[in-house]
Amino acid sequence: MYSNEISKEHQAYIKKYKVRRTSIAVSQISLLVLFFALWEIAAYFKWIDPFIMSQPSRVFKTLVKLTADGSIFTHTGITIFETIVGFLSGTILGTIIAIILWWSDFVAKVLDPYLVVLNALPKTALGPIILVWIGGTASSIIAMALLISIIVTILNVYLAFESCDEDKVKLLWTLGATKSQVLTKVVLPSSIPSIISVLKINVGLSLVGVIVGEFLVSKAGLGYLIIYGGQVFKMDLVMTSVLILAVAAALMYLSVAWFEKKLNKMR
Amino acid sequence: MVDKVVELKNVSMNYHTLSGETKAIRNLSLDINNGEFVSIVGPSGCGKSTLLSLISGILKPTSGSILVNGEPVTGPSSNLGYMLQKDHLFGWRTIIKNATLGLEIQKKLNKKSQAYVEHLLDEYGLADFKHHYPKQLSGGMRQRAALIRTLATNPDILLLDEPFSALDYQTRLAISEEIWLIIKKERKTAIFVTHDIAEAVASSDRIIVLTQRPAEIKNIHEIHLTCNIKTPISCREAPEFRHYFNEIWKELDVHV
Ligand SMILES: Nc1ncnc2c1ncn2[C@@H]1O[C@H](COP(=O)(O)OP(=O)(O)O)[C@@H](O)[C@H]1O
Ligand SMILES: [Mg+2]
Repeated sequence: MYSNEISKEHQAYIKKYKVRRTSIAVSQISLLVLFFALWEIAAYFKWIDPFIMSQPSRVFKTLVKLTADGSIFTHTGITIFETIVGFLSGTILGTIIAIILWWSDFVAKVLDPYLVVLNALPKTALGPIILVWIGGTASSIIAMALLISIIVTILNVYLAFESCDEDKVKLLWTLGATKSQVLTKVVLPSSIPSIISVLKINVGLSLVGVIVGEFLVSKAGLGYLIIYGGQVFKMDLVMTSVLILAVAAALMYLSVAWFEKKLNKMR
Repeated sequence: MVDKVVELKNVSMNYHTLSGETKAIRNLSLDINNGEFVSIVGPSGCGKSTLLSLISGILKPTSGSILVNGEPVTGPSSNLGYMLQKDHLFGWRTIIKNATLGLEIQKKLNKKSQAYVEHLLDEYGLADFKHHYPKQLSGGMRQRAALIRTLATNPDILLLDEPFSALDYQTRLAISEEIWLIIKKERKTAIFVTHDIAEAVASSDRIIVLTQRPAEIKNIHEIHLTCNIKTPISCREAPEFRHYFNEIWKELDVHV
């Protein structure tokens, strides 16, 4: 009887939880629908100028047109490709530099102030320099993405290396390990979660680099569509590109998050 | 076989940091005999862990000499096995992979040594957990796995630095009994640092009491307990137990 009462209470708790979860999801979707509906209506009744503010129905038409001639896939593909290359190389190179800093405390101390300044510096300011040095190619764009993500990677991964449990390292010394064994057997594996979370940050950062790079290089990609659309006053194109960019960014972030979850489950 | 397996002669150790010099050990001389179980007790921060680090060769003494099996210590050696306060099993390795860590590092992992580790795991109740991850094991089992990792490289001398202090009292009592039995069965020499006087009296042949930092030897007790079955738990019943306990308690001079 008593346990039955508890279970009823627990049922009620579960039910309350489910209701709450559903109402959150419903509100989230309604907010999106409401936003687009209001936007459409406002443009339809000319409360806002659809030429400047665009309009969901026009965005949809643009989307259909871009899909029909296939250009949407080219531009989105280029942006995603540059972002992935950018954040992977930023993460890998940054990790390698962090390993060098961990290896030599002297180098770490010497470079410390430079890293602090580089971290504070808005990397986008270096865009024109990269453009001149490397030229108006995809390499420039990837370099931009790399530059934006690498400093954060170095700092975070180095921090993870340094915060590795001292006693675990001591254990390895007592077993007669060499420095490279300490690195590969303890320091690197125990820093994997930090490296993955850096990867998650880098998706976003590297996308910023790519879009700025595409603005500057102005040849292809969603960044190019946005800047081009702005220049020729095709706001429909701008809005459509921004929406696609939002979806692409979310998908890339979610796949890294999924990868992280998978990896954490294994440990 | 050498009778004195560890010899410390006038060993001193000072640490240097920017905030100053810490004298951890002063002019300490000590011999450990083959097969002995020696406990080291002393006030916290007096230099017990430092002493073990010196014997293990991961630290070099400021002055004095340390011999293991008659040879001067120059660095970590596979004659010595070190067990730390926590089990420090690696979460990303299975139990068997954790147990073979030392062999892997010393590049001694082969069919024979792998079979020896498997044998130890079977022998000491971890047969069914070889391919489990550490977080799936209880605290006591993890500590046993850590001991097997230490035994895997087949050292003659074990250095144990408060290995049970992270466990709750019940588990600690049971596991220290088990580990004592394993050490005896495998015929190892053990140098055991603890802050638990009862644990030290129950399990040791000899107890070294150290002074406040810098550590010097305050007294050495030979322990002779009359008990039928000589294991730590049953030896707690011995009539002499209280006597040793009180002596050492007084010597440690704990002020609260
Ligand atoms: N790496 C180190 N650098 C400077 N001082 C240290 C270091 N390791 C230990 N000490 C100091 O040496 C003393 C003895 O430490 P330790 O051997 O760990 O003591 P115990 O194990 O007896 O508690 C302590 O005062 C401690 O602060
Ligand atoms: Mg200690």
